[in-house]
Amino acid sequence: MTAMVLVIAMALTTMALRFLPFLIFGKHTPKYISYLGKVLPQAIIALLVVYCLRDVSVVTPPHGIPELIAGLSVALMQVWKRNAVLSILLGTAVYMVLIRVM
Amino acid sequence: MIRKAFYKTIPVMAGYIVLGIGFGILLHNAGYGIVWAFAMSTFIYAGSMQYVGIGLLTGGASVITTIITTIMVNARHLFYSISMIGKYKGSGKYKPYLIFALTDETYSLLCDDEEPSNGSLNRYRFFVSLFDQCYWIIGSVIGSLLGSMIRFSTAGIEFSMTALFIASFTQQWVESDNHIPAITGLVSTVLCLVIFGTEKFLIPSMLLITLLLTVFRKKEGMEK
Repeated sequence: MTAMVLVIAMALTTMALRFLPFLIFGKHTPKYISYLGKVLPQAIIALLVVYCLRDVSVVTPPHGIPELIAGLSVALMQVWKRNAVLSILLGTAVYMVLIRVM
Repeated sequence: MIRKAFYKTIPVMAGYIVLGIGFGILLHNAGYGIVWAFAMSTFIYAGSMQYVGIGLLTGGASVITTIITTIMVNARHLFYSISMIGKYKGSGKYKPYLIFALTDETYSLLCDDEEPSNGSLNRYRFFVSLFDQCYWIIGSVIGSLLGSMIRFSTAGIEFSMTALFIASFTQQWVESDNHIPAITGLVSTVLCLVIFGTEKFLIPSMLLITLLLTVFRKKEGMEK
């Protein structure tokens, strides 16, 4: 029951975030808002990368080395093949192996 | 039209099925079965939030915590929506679903074509959005079923989400001439992580990013 309430809360909040800009700026989009719409996604993706790695500690073993190597494999694969699925599969596989051997 | 939409979504298909499976497995391991996987992927339909949501469900979070976390994790959707206002103008009956289904990947497929709205383009955008959500739902349901069958340890599968963001970061980096937004995002977030700690750094980071990008716009007229 509680879980259902939480799922509904997540669903409604997510919908609100998606619909609000259309409701508020749908008729007139200020220049400043369109500028933010253009530059913010890139900055937010960077934020999300850091968010995912927030619990990695470089001072305690394995010093974030699995995350570093797996993350680099994702980036290099992406530069090479430009195929996100391939990069994600490779990175995840590398990570799953490294955390077992290190 | 439907075929063109389908071809466009093929790169997302594999990714959503794989990430959906990862989500379904984790959700199943947390004690929530196939109905939950289906319902969350249908009604929330926000990948990273659903991964984070598993933690909220198992940790017995309050409604307020859940809403605040959702706002923080999904705030970027405000900006996806902002940048699609012009493109979705005049999309008529498709508009509510187009807005509802605007995920990171669907955004990345639809944000680059500059054509104005017309009947067939609206249908095309609708089917791109719909196909993407179908892949995501199918993936989560498969994952939930697999979760009950897999015997080996799936530890580390959560890195698929990190990998997703690193891949899109890299893709945007190589495609863009202006790296200031990406660097601003990276530096601000690391700085706020160091200052505020792992629990409280998201909101300060977002504020700092918005502030800095506003300052840069005034200085360099970057919107041109």
